[in-house]
Amino acid sequence: MLTVDNLIVRYGAVTAVRDLSLKVGRGELVALLGPNGAGKSSTINALTGLVTPASGRITLDGQDISRVRTEDRIRAGLTSTPEGRHIFANLTVGENLRLGAATRRDPKGVRQDIERFLALFPVLSERYGQAAGTLSGGEQQMLAISRSLMSRPKLLLLDEPSLGLAPKIVVQIFDFIGELKAEGLTLLVVEQNARQALRFADRVYVVSAGTLRHSGPPASLADEHGLFNLYIGG
Amino acid sequence: MDYALQQLLNALAFGAEYSLVALGLAVVFSIMGLVNFAHGEIIGVSAYSVFLAAALGLTSPIVAVLLAIAAAALAAIAFERVAFRPVRYAPTTTGLLTAFGVSIVVQNLFMLLISPKPQSVSILNGLNQMWFFGPFAVSSLQVMELIVSGLTILALVLFLNRSTLGLAIRAASRDFATVRLMGIRANRVIATAFAISGALAGIAAVFIIARRGSVSPDLGFGLVLKAFVACVIGGFGSLAGAAAGGMLLGFIEVGLLVALPQEYGGFKDALTYVIIVALLVYRPEGLLGQRVELGDKEI
Repeated sequence: MLTVDNLIVRYGAVTAVRDLSLKVGRGELVALLGPNGAGKSSTINALTGLVTPASGRITLDGQDISRVRTEDRIRAGLTSTPEGRHIFANLTVGENLRLGAATRRDPKGVRQDIERFLALFPVLSERYGQAAGTLSGGEQQMLAISRSLMSRPKLLLLDEPSLGLAPKIVVQIFDFIGELKAEGLTLLVVEQNARQALRFADRVYVVSAGTLRHSGPPASLADEHGLFNLYIGG
Repeated sequence: MDYALQQLLNALAFGAEYSLVALGLAVVFSIMGLVNFAHGEIIGVSAYSVFLAAALGLTSPIVAVLLAIAAAALAAIAFERVAFRPVRYAPTTTGLLTAFGVSIVVQNLFMLLISPKPQSVSILNGLNQMWFFGPFAVSSLQVMELIVSGLTILALVLFLNRSTLGLAIRAASRDFATVRLMGIRANRVIATAFAISGALAGIAAVFIIARRGSVSPDLGFGLVLKAFVACVIGGFGSLAGAAAGGMLLGFIEVGLLVALPQEYGGFKDALTYVIIVALLVYRPEGLLGQRVELGDKEI
């Protein structure tokens, strides 16, 4: 579904991503792991178009989207839940969900989807009319993922969904990610928390210092290279 | 009693006009970080459109009002498309200088193509009459200013809270990148903000023409300076703050005119700014602005 070839991202003189290539197949959950500053978020931002890569090719469903604007990539079925959640703090929970569906023209379906997420996360229902900035970190993450799903994406990019959350909440978030995979959604999950990310991953890429170090099934990580400990730790 | 009521109405009418123009500045600033000093020339384009239409034989005041609003909205969109879009991602000062540039160019166009001298426009004079309520005589223009501004602000609030584009404008004021991640086109959000800003300027232009009965190249510039002050009082970027700041500025000005003896009337502006400075000493972020936490990072 998604193919990235020889992606290079630079900020001035600093090269954040060096010649990265990866693939995500339909229905797969692919984990992109690596330590802080490895270039994971830069990769995601290049995929959504918020950062313009120095070079490289990004194809979605066979279409080259390397030169397509962010807005149009979202319309093409790719979306991302950014690192740090980036909910609209000054808007209510309900308004956040409605903006997530901004590209859709079926009000009835939008309402059904909102109902669905409110049933799934009752706390969002309780706080529906409140400013989203008043939610806890875990609740904001639930809202951020729900908001991304409101556009009915084909491919969801999740950037550090566990960041800054209590372990119990992290498990809950990844349970939900597992459910999304079971429903057939294609996911690319960027994480530092390898243990959680590997629970549902079909394949794993490991990056550090902007370079791809390893790719393969989750089981290959620990035994073959000891990369698990090297880059990610317990 | 009559005098007090008249002064109250003066303050409300001035305040309403400042609020309209300040809101126009704030809508654009909140999402783009651009202080559009060419906002006064949007008022100018609107006023000169009415002048030209009248010169070409337009007689209907209603058409003139609609024309003023439409011309201002289109001018605002055109300014964005031609001047501000190319510098959208440039540093803030570039945007500010661009705005001054647009302002100077457009003012000079008015002088070159029409005249540096004020031109009489009488088509909207009918709006400015005396209305009698029992013993009270009030200016119809001031009453209309108050009511129309109130309704306009109400419509703006509804738009910002109900429509998807309105929600997007509010969201973009904090986090434009994430708004784009919702698949909402940045150009559309910005063009809408400029169109709203222009429409508000157009409504203000109608009142200015009706009051002055003439147009001149620097018509809107002074008003935009006042609106800028109103935004600072209210907290830059806050829409509610802009409206409140405009109203407060109207009350301070009229209050000083009333309080000061006739021969000290010339000190009105100076004292107005003294009061504003005092206000900012106690609330540097403005009345409704958000305090920006600098921590120990920026010394």
